[in-house]
Amino acid sequence: MYVSPLREPLIRGSKDYSQVTKDILAPMAGKPSKYWYMGITLSGAAALFGAWATFMTVYYGIGTWGLNKTVGWAWDITNFVWWVGIGHAGTFISAILLLFRQKWRTSINRSAEAMTLIAIACAGFFPLIHMGRLLLGFFILPYPNTRALWVNFNSPLLWDVFAITTYLLVSLVFWYIGLIPDLGTVRDKASNKIRKAIYGFLSFGWTGSAKHWSRHETVSLILAGLAAPLVLSVHTIVSFDFATSVIPGWHTTIFPPYFVSGAVFSGFAMVLTLLIVTRKALNLEEYITVGHIENMNKVIIITGSIVGIAYITEFFMAWYSGVEYEQYAFINRATGPYAWAYWIMMTCNVITPQLFWFKKIRTNLVATFIISIFVNIGMWFERFVIVVTSLHRDYLPSSWVMYKPTIVEIGLYVGTLGLFFTLFLLFIRVFPVIAIAEVKSVLKSSGDNKKDSHHE
Amino acid sequence: MNKYITAYYDDEEDLLRGLKQIKAKGIEVADVLTPFPVHGLDKALGMSRSKLTRVAFAGGAVGAIIGFGFQAWVFTQAYPLNFGGKPFFAVPSFIPVTFEMAVLFAAFSMVFAFLISNKIGPGAKTVIHDERITDDRFLLVVNVQDEENAHTIEAVLNDAGAHGITLIKKN
Repeated sequence: MYVSPLREPLIRGSKDYSQVTKDILAPMAGKPSKYWYMGITLSGAAALFGAWATFMTVYYGIGTWGLNKTVGWAWDITNFVWWVGIGHAGTFISAILLLFRQKWRTSINRSAEAMTLIAIACAGFFPLIHMGRLLLGFFILPYPNTRALWVNFNSPLLWDVFAITTYLLVSLVFWYIGLIPDLGTVRDKASNKIRKAIYGFLSFGWTGSAKHWSRHETVSLILAGLAAPLVLSVHTIVSFDFATSVIPGWHTTIFPPYFVSGAVFSGFAMVLTLLIVTRKALNLEEYITVGHIENMNKVIIITGSIVGIAYITEFFMAWYSGVEYEQYAFINRATGPYAWAYWIMMTCNVITPQLFWFKKIRTNLVATFIISIFVNIGMWFERFVIVVTSLHRDYLPSSWVMYKPTIVEIGLYVGTLGLFFTLFLLFIRVFPVIAIAEVKSVLKSSGDNKKDSHHE
Repeated sequence: MNKYITAYYDDEEDLLRGLKQIKAKGIEVADVLTPFPVHGLDKALGMSRSKLTRVAFAGGAVGAIIGFGFQAWVFTQAYPLNFGGKPFFAVPSFIPVTFEMAVLFAAFSMVFAFLISNKIGPGAKTVIHDERITDDRFLLVVNVQDEENAHTIEAVLNDAGAHGITLIKKN
């Protein structure tokens, strides 16, 4: 296939196949570094804080939260939507970019998909804990029961159950099918018997047969084709949680596209936050190059701009609709008691990503890292603003209240952050962080030595 | 008794070139083991397109029918509930769950079909011919009928530039 000489190579340093194997497996071998231990101690401590908060919630009930009869949803749903959104980047990278034949995804898809799985697990925790009784979580599933009742299939909250469960399961098999050949590599490179047996089991006996590869490619392509509309449907359904209600500020048709692009926006920011650190810590700078970071920054510009336009459109529609409740909801967002949250959201999501129009900034790792954190914060506040400002002052002024989180709610959020980073740190020790076979398949056409080996 | 010859290449372009030569001599290559999917290999080996897509379609269709049918049954037959005067048979609100079920069934049926047709799975016992085929080697497997046949195959493989030609006998 012809590759323009103007194109930046995707993998730096003239490497052969065995060098690729060695480089990518290196972080799994030997003892973890001092920084890894520091990281996991910190994230483990945060996860323990979350465990305490979970205990408090289950033991005393959600009275330990700052919710009241007006604001019945706050940090829990904010965190839920935030985490689901973060998950979307992984699927976007592995599915939608696969369908568009974007070769640069091969260096980042594995870790982004792992991030997706962990993020969905963190997201799923919030609706469950909001029930107060975790053990009765299965009530949301349609199973034959002694009450002879079924769940309400007309409710977006139930669609969420199906969407999130399907999303988690399909992402899991998609990720694992991609992992199988690489687990075969880990198995064949393992030096001791126990390791060999474990990875032999996990690799499902992968042989690398041509027929298996041909089927593997078909499966990956079809799974990508399934995951692409799935990822769009998931955040669409999440937005239905709000859009199908009659609360001012929620009841708008713009929500599905606005939520989906916001999800991809925040997800890419989290991928950047993680990978800028990971590539440095694991010496994978030749695989996850500045070119990869730049490409992701371009996705951030696009999705960030869509989100920005959506904010403005919402405002316009509030005025144009002529509905005074809708108008008040938006004026209250921008000038009311939660205006600070609104302006954090506007600054972080609308202004900061526009800095990526400058090539100097989008190819600068420190700047990218800082902006990615800003986007993460901004997108959290977006959900907080949508949820809390719409609820705390709706139709009945006598019920207007303020909402403040308690230490237990903060603990739950910090706990999921801890869980997320703990699982990610474990992931980089247990599985290859980059799809080895996929990188090898683009090495000839997009490696650094492509020019001298090219003949066609 | 099962006899075959293995030989390897270090590069996929050499492999494809060698494979052409070997096939021109009328020798049937049973399998090629590679560290990554090599483009043009399935054509060179004369493999047909995978039928897994049909499994996915069938799975998706079954999922959609189950999803839609179940919701329709619950709301019209099993326990019709009146939600704010809305119709019992509310097709638009059945769509999200129907879609999710279709995707779930399509994905899982195809993944199981993939594992079954490849005869791989948790704890599967497969023959690993060369531990470097998951690293940087492209291994050919050619089935052998008798001794004489083996010599000609070895000669052809040698001409085609393959390395490490070995005859393997298994009971």
